[in-house]
Amino acid sequence: MSLAENKPAALYHRVVVWLLFLILLLPLAGTLLYSLSTSWSASILPSGLTFKWYVALWSDPRFLAAFAQSLLVCFAALLLSVLLILPLLFVVHYHFPKLDGLMNILILLPFAVPPVVSSVGLLQVYGSGPLAMVGTPWILIGCYFTVALPFMYRAITNNLQAINLRDLMDAAQLLGASTWQAAFLVVLPNLRKGLMVSLFLSFSFLFGEFVFANLLVGTRYETLQVYLNNMKNSSGHFNSALVISYFFFVLIFTWAANRLNKDRP
Amino acid sequence: MTADKPRGNRGRWLALLCLLPFAVFFIAFQIAPLVWVAVHSLSVGDSWGLGNYEKIFSSKFYLQAIKHSLQIAFWSSLFGIVIAVLGSYSLRQVDSKLRDFVMAFSNMTSNFAGVPLAFAFIIILGFNGALTLLLIKIGLIESFNLYSKNGLIVLYTYFQIPLGVLLLYPAFDALREDWRESAALLGAGTWDFWRHIGLPVLTPALLGTFVILLANALGAYATVYALTTGNFNVLPIRIAAMVAGDISLNPDMASALAMVLVGLMVVITAAHQWLLKRSYHVAR
Repeated sequence: MSLAENKPAALYHRVVVWLLFLILLLPLAGTLLYSLSTSWSASILPSGLTFKWYVALWSDPRFLAAFAQSLLVCFAALLLSVLLILPLLFVVHYHFPKLDGLMNILILLPFAVPPVVSSVGLLQVYGSGPLAMVGTPWILIGCYFTVALPFMYRAITNNLQAINLRDLMDAAQLLGASTWQAAFLVVLPNLRKGLMVSLFLSFSFLFGEFVFANLLVGTRYETLQVYLNNMKNSSGHFNSALVISYFFFVLIFTWAANRLNKDRP
Repeated sequence: MTADKPRGNRGRWLALLCLLPFAVFFIAFQIAPLVWVAVHSLSVGDSWGLGNYEKIFSSKFYLQAIKHSLQIAFWSSLFGIVIAVLGSYSLRQVDSKLRDFVMAFSNMTSNFAGVPLAFAFIIILGFNGALTLLLIKIGLIESFNLYSKNGLIVLYTYFQIPLGVLLLYPAFDALREDWRESAALLGAGTWDFWRHIGLPVLTPALLGTFVILLANALGAYATVYALTTGNFNVLPIRIAAMVAGDISLNPDMASALAMVLVGLMVVITAAHQWLLKRSYHVAR
């Protein structure tokens, strides 16, 4: 191929890719170094290294509570999303394929309507009255479902199209399965990968969600991002340890999603 | 394929029933708030009218917020897409080991946004940030204010890059390597190839990605809020300040501003759909 012949071009592309990597790495590397340094102000490099900021962070009960609450809200939202979206996908693709067009427009809404706009309405609609949910984790779970919807809908739709839903259902029914049995025992296991990938991705996204959490709930049920924002006046080293711990957690989840995606047949 | 086999009415009704929970939640958390905002943007005191909108478009303060939002969105999307184009094209030309590694890293950093990103940037590019000091020392810049419009453009550009790479990388599929060879055989140089073949083929994908980046930047709230504690005048900050601030709560005005933001988003999303439809598809 022409790639191997063209030495200067190959070198150029390698340099560009490394530069891209360095640009993306820089803020993270800076934060990591800061979180490990004893003090670092008005100089280009820190004066000493330590783990004390991590120790301080991971023994702060407020941090641990925020961490647990974040996990709880995210998992609950993902569970709700799966319960709502899986039947929807199945019904749309098996019974009403024409609805897919409508759904593709509806799932644009969470993109076209930024969370800050939704929050204006949510604060008023659920601020008081019979459905007063503002300030409780319940409203976050509902909102996070709308955030996860486009990801999950697209990812699982791609998966559904790859497995040929109709043939699979027909085959199962020919062999004597009912619609329910076919859906649960035949189709669902085939969707496992698409589902897992979209869950991991949605999780890392929801775990970093700040707008809804801050505007609708704030400190009344503090999630990790809100805690992070509220700590901004404390030591920068402490905050860096917090940022790195957060990113490390997200990294594990995105890495898992990547791995799953790669094994895909 | 038989799309509509008779499956009995009962099955269809049951199927529709399965859609009900989804519809309830979607309406409650997506549609209802939006409808509330749309309706109340027209409420002025005790009456209804376009008063809120008139106020927005005659107020220097609100117009400045809109202008800042558009400027930051435009420049960060432009810088982001240029870096993403150069990066993703080169990514396709390097060995798969390096490519997979950098792609995976880029995907991970796409989750590095909002509050944590603002903190990271304060550390490296704040007044006493390591990079700021380094750049001043080698004489490239005299000072750098992260908390200004230009600072925000740099910060926004950073979170646009991974998204741009994610969206553009597959677009290069449309550009087949044999075209390059054919063009070279016919005497076209690198510049001719890009001018007459490469860019025209990629244009729809580039515009589509640009549009998504614009929307991404316009709606961004967390980063700028965490960085400036809500002191920098952009649309999302203005909107949030009027429903969750301490001083002047005005949900009706917030709704009108929110509708302006949604209007911008709708124009952008519509443009995106239109570009998607007429985009170049490779014949398989």
